[in-house]
Amino acid sequence: MNSPSRHFLLIAALARHLRDPAFPPPRHIAIGAASPIPAGAAWLARAMGAEFRLSLLHRRRGNPFTEGSRELFDLAGQGRIDRFLLGGGEIEELAGQGRIDMFFLGGGEIDGEANINLIGTGEWPGLEARFPGSFGSAFMYFMVPRIVLFREEHSPRTLVERVQWVSAPGRSPAHHFRRGGAEVLLTSRAFFHFREGGFHLISLHPGETLAGVQAATGFRFTVAPDLAETPPPTAEELHLIRTEVASRLASDYPAFASRLAAPPPL
Amino acid sequence: MIGPAREVSVDALAARIPDGALIALPPDYSLSPVSLVAALIRRRVAALRLFCLPVGGFLADLLIGAGSVAEIETSAVSLGEFGPAPRFLAALRAGRLRLRDATCPALHTALQAAEKGVPFMPLRGILGSDILAHRPDWGVIDNPFADGPDPIVLIPAIRPDFALFHAPLADREGNVWVGRRRELATLAHAAEASLVTVERICDEALLEDERMAPGLITAPYITAIAESPRGAAPLGLLDLYEPDSATLTAYARAARDEEGFRAFLGRFLAGEENAVPS
Repeated sequence: MNSPSRHFLLIAALARHLRDPAFPPPRHIAIGAASPIPAGAAWLARAMGAEFRLSLLHRRRGNPFTEGSRELFDLAGQGRIDRFLLGGGEIEELAGQGRIDMFFLGGGEIDGEANINLIGTGEWPGLEARFPGSFGSAFMYFMVPRIVLFREEHSPRTLVERVQWVSAPGRSPAHHFRRGGAEVLLTSRAFFHFREGGFHLISLHPGETLAGVQAATGFRFTVAPDLAETPPPTAEELHLIRTEVASRLASDYPAFASRLAAPPPL
Repeated sequence: MIGPAREVSVDALAARIPDGALIALPPDYSLSPVSLVAALIRRRVAALRLFCLPVGGFLADLLIGAGSVAEIETSAVSLGEFGPAPRFLAALRAGRLRLRDATCPALHTALQAAEKGVPFMPLRGILGSDILAHRPDWGVIDNPFADGPDPIVLIPAIRPDFALFHAPLADREGNVWVGRRRELATLAHAAEASLVTVERICDEALLEDERMAPGLITAPYITAIAESPRGAAPLGLLDLYEPDSATLTAYARAARDEEGFRAFLGRFLAGEENAVPS
């Protein structure tokens, strides 16, 4: 699959997770650095009727963080959503959640326990292959209840049995303060849920096989009995991605947005 | 009058920074002091220690490529949409750069401790991260107010020698407007000195304007100011000008090798690479 069509699929698949009735609807999604596909997915979900607050850290105009980038982390640390924003019945369900309830993280390496490595491989600090660095992951993974893991490259070098360095651990001992962790993982090949400490394969993207995904994955995972194909974007989703989503992304991710908006190949 | 010095040029501002100084820089998407960094490189500053608030990009990569940096403390170094930071990666591989890996909120916390004048502040998260294992200067204590075990990380205060940034506006009293980039106010509060370039210096008294006052860093925190129109280009500046994608793409490509980087740097310092009109 060529790259623009794969990006349409990934945006649509992530957006569907944000609207999946099997999960509580997200209330406030924050999106950090260099995340055009998660940002596109959030805008798409909103365009299709999902109602959540969306705070983009790097938004060039109308940036919601009036205390600068520090505010993202303060916000994540601040505990429960204001009760006044919620109906009575929802308070219990959201108890213990932060003011931001969903955040996206990636990793140069992600392992089967959802540990993420943004440091690198080889001797510390990544003398073999250096990744950009951990950004806010070592904090956000603990403080935001629901983390969506997204890693486009799905190969034995990115999805590994055990990360070489831990930027942020997937799980913590019971006495470590932690509000949440990984909920799902989307890659260019497949979509997983994370449950009971391991990844669970939910769907394969068009053109992928179970054997192929197993070969491309360095960690063990369980497979849903009703393993499905990730549905390709509908005509409505494609249209919205090319128009409204591309226009929302244009100021922060101009190159990416112009690829989305380009006319489809004949 | 008591207040920040008004320097006649960006070069005069850069001349205040000695070799080996600990300088703090905002990221590419904030108020980046590009012309001031160019002036630092022109004067062949050496052995700087960089503190990135909270990540490094084009400016950090330029300074590292120019051989001006001995050590960098940061949560990441990347050119964002333009790709990895090539000179950072090369210097790291060659063992020419000491890297102190952090995570974004830890860097903010270190400055918040400094602005409050306390020796450290606690921060949640981080437990179990290899970052913590490689930061002997960070500590972990048990929360003294908890009923049961509750380990929490302590981040020591950091006082950079110099905060450097480029703001849209200052007034004649030396108040500098940074708008919603309030983390730069914390940075200026924490730093020993703040050297600031601005698009322009205006005649109005900004503190008299209720709408502008909340976005100001007031004069007592500012050491010296120089005017530098388009001083953040080729990076963007708030809603005043967009990043120049063509130049940044050209940089990402050129800087993949030393020769290409040197050629870009020559054009950049001559003003040929950041003179693209908005």
